[in-house]
Amino acid sequence: MDADRDSKGVVLTPEQIKSRRQRNIAIGLAVGFLVLLFYAVTIVKVGPGVLNRPL
Amino acid sequence: MTFVEQSGSLPGIAAISAASPRDYIALLKPRVMSLVIFTAFTGLLLAPQHVNAVIGFASLLAIAVGAGASGALNMWYDADIDAVMRRTCRRPIPAGKVAGREALAFGLTLAIFAVLTLGLVANLLAAALLAFTIFFYVVIYTMWLKRSTPQNIVIGGAAGALPPIVGYAAATGEVSLAALVLFAIIFVWTPPHFWALALVRSAEYGRAGVPMMPNVKGADRTRLEILIYSLVLALLGGLPFVLGFASLVYGCLSAVLGTIFIGLALRVYRVRDGDSANKCAMRLFGFSILYLFLLFAELLSERVLALATGFLR
Repeated sequence: MDADRDSKGVVLTPEQIKSRRQRNIAIGLAVGFLVLLFYAVTIVKVGPGVLNRPL
Repeated sequence: MTFVEQSGSLPGIAAISAASPRDYIALLKPRVMSLVIFTAFTGLLLAPQHVNAVIGFASLLAIAVGAGASGALNMWYDADIDAVMRRTCRRPIPAGKVAGREALAFGLTLAIFAVLTLGLVANLLAAALLAFTIFFYVVIYTMWLKRSTPQNIVIGGAAGALPPIVGYAAATGEVSLAALVLFAIIFVWTPPHFWALALVRSAEYGRAGVPMMPNVKGADRTRLEILIYSLVLALLGGLPFVLGFASLVYGCLSAVLGTIFIGLALRVYRVRDGDSANKCAMRLFGFSILYLFLLFAELLSERVLALATGFLR
């Protein structure tokens, strides 16, 4: 049994796979939402001047 | 990848976490968060100047996440107490869904992120106040006061009362008398709210070793203190009208609600035995939630109405 586990690594149960997938989706959605939020905040705080700055 | 030591796993083999996003949301204490959002929003809208909707939304989100981080850190530290209390034994850490160190990392990350975000989006004063709120709740209340004095929720209540001040500071960069009055209302509301519940759950708190007022000073002293705080609260509740930042409608509402609050506290004081005593305490506990909600909802709706009519004019 030990040799079998060593060759396969850690084997996840269906429940663990499902919860990991749910966590990944939640993290993805949170990061996407934050990107949009920080984009909107940047536009509001800097305004149209965001494109008008010396290089 | 997250690992949780599970009692059923083989020795030396790390079990993979089966925690769902719902468990992490539970760590944030969503019901407390909703109250924080509500009171902070009221503080934010009390600001005399216009607040941009995006900035206001982002500020509220940062305040809410900061409150959630406090909840996660509280659950991490109090996992031993939570495990022996019926009300809290199903929380993610005692239920074995999230490991303690994971909750600690989750809470710390969110706390730092929330404070930095509020500093960038709003201003440094609001960020400093949010950081102080988190520190006060986690270190002063959870780690120190909760297990050492029956005045735990009196002093610790300051953390729950700060969100309107943080909201106001996020909008204006300063603290006003109006925001301090909202702080005072929540601060004085907290003891009768929690002690009403503690009267009913005193045995549980005793088993967990938490020195709540009924366990240390006795039920009768607690009933007297509830009554005194209720009287002060009823007076404080009317201050927004007296100071001129709420209408006569608010003034009447606060008078009616304050009278009912005192009436229920009087019943708790008088009825001391049996099931009816517990019913009286739970009635006061339930009404206290409605009391705070209605007062802040009235303040909020008056402000929204004023902004809407000003906008239409």
